[in-house]
Amino acid sequence: MSKVIVMTSGKGGVGKTTTSASFAAGLALQGHKTVVIDFDVGLRNLDLLMGCERRVVFDFINVINGDARLKQALIKDKRVDNLWILPTSQTRDKDALKKPGVEKVLDTLRQEFDYIICDSPAGIEKGALMALYFADEAVIVTNPEISSVRDSDRILGVLASRSRRAELDMEPVKEHLLLTRYDPKRVERGEMLTVEDVLEILAIPLLGVIPENESVLRASNLGAPVILDTESSAGQAYYDAVSRFLGETLEHRFITPERKGLFQRLLRRTA
Amino acid sequence: MTVATPSNVQKVSDPDAFKLRGGSFTLLVLQLIDLKDPNFFHWLLDKISQAPNFYRHAPVVLDLEGLADLGPFNFAELARRLRQHQLVPVGVQNGTEEQNQGAINAGLSVFPMWRAAKPIEAPPTPEEPPEKAAQEPAPTPAEPGHAEASGSKVVLEPIRSGRQVYAQHGDLVVLATVSAGAELLADGHIHVYGTLRGRALAGVEGDTSARIFCRSLQAELVSIAGHWLVREDMDDHLIGRSVQIYLNGDLLVIEPTN
Repeated sequence: MSKVIVMTSGKGGVGKTTTSASFAAGLALQGHKTVVIDFDVGLRNLDLLMGCERRVVFDFINVINGDARLKQALIKDKRVDNLWILPTSQTRDKDALKKPGVEKVLDTLRQEFDYIICDSPAGIEKGALMALYFADEAVIVTNPEISSVRDSDRILGVLASRSRRAELDMEPVKEHLLLTRYDPKRVERGEMLTVEDVLEILAIPLLGVIPENESVLRASNLGAPVILDTESSAGQAYYDAVSRFLGETLEHRFITPERKGLFQRLLRRTA
Repeated sequence: MTVATPSNVQKVSDPDAFKLRGGSFTLLVLQLIDLKDPNFFHWLLDKISQAPNFYRHAPVVLDLEGLADLGPFNFAELARRLRQHQLVPVGVQNGTEEQNQGAINAGLSVFPMWRAAKPIEAPPTPEEPPEKAAQEPAPTPAEPGHAEASGSKVVLEPIRSGRQVYAQHGDLVVLATVSAGAELLADGHIHVYGTLRGRALAGVEGDTSARIFCRSLQAELVSIAGHWLVREDMDDHLIGRSVQIYLNGDLLVIEPTN
């Protein structure tokens, strides 16, 4: 059965779009037909991160307004089978996201796709509300930092009260915590919240911890989801998170600082 | 024209206080069909609210042709109500003799018999072809009386991501850079004298002879009369060059100009 998953956080800059791109690619890599939708109308970035900005003709808003058919706006990823992108408009604003229009697009996508990933804008206003309204599950993207955690807490409240599932008194939206930009060394020095700290405040199941890693910035500048960088710790951590989402039980990696052996330290010193 | 000058006024050959010139104006004609319709002003208000700037204080001529059977009526009252709606009645046409006299008594002039060629519509809010919803305020409609004036636009400052500029009924000339994520639309040609990194859609109302000119092509998308090319479909050797883009049949042609 088709599922709508929202990537949300409340706070900006925590890695929602990075996560959306990698998560969608991860689901597709594991054989599920997946589409990722950019809900950040007016500040569209998903197409850049997915490296398809040169192929955008029509967008989500055109489809909502009936100016283009869904098939015209969907962009097939060139690297990953089963992966499609629905970019948004840069020249419009969030008011273009009309609930009946969004619902119609999602309903049509549900008939074709296993997973529909909604990349939410920051904030708790219209764009974010529209992105989460139709969600069946939510991935809460949080940094180990107090303001991010507080905003995540806020967005969890919004999910529980203002989503469609809440309004219709259905089974609540299933919540997952994804901790991103986690720097074990700084956590050890007490400069960042620990995984346990965050879990204690938010009290939702942990889907994964993505370490702070230069590969993320490199990937976004290259226009390729970091999950495709299988050498990188961030890429591997995303792959694990997707596998857990699909039901596998895997131990969390990259939570403690890498202990370099004496040999490695010597090597670094001479290099 | 000789005017009899009262003998006690000093005769001046050329008055300095004013000059009388001829001028021709296009006026709105309000064709009155059923004044007794209780919804008359309701509908009128509805019409006006579609383009308030276009109608505000617009001079109108009342066409009385449809009211020939009505006989004389209270022009002063009608004029007062129209002014309340911010229309300025200036005269009547196609009235009966009695009606014309009534109009003159109410301070309106009588225009010669004449039929408006076609119903004048307020400038339409641009009928948006795909992805063309006007984001910035719709271009201010031309002043009444200059409805046919060219809608060309010249933009001097850079056009940033997310901004949309539409030259309705004309060409769009941009002297600065157009950022990625910005969108240029014109019913006519588009000229960009900076780098074009955003989208440019010329001939959006279907003019297949419209062209796009730019000094450095790095556009995300170019389109003429609905035929488009995305960046990925553009030849790499054209990127960064000074080009013109035009439609040859169904084929969009990008041609270096240097």
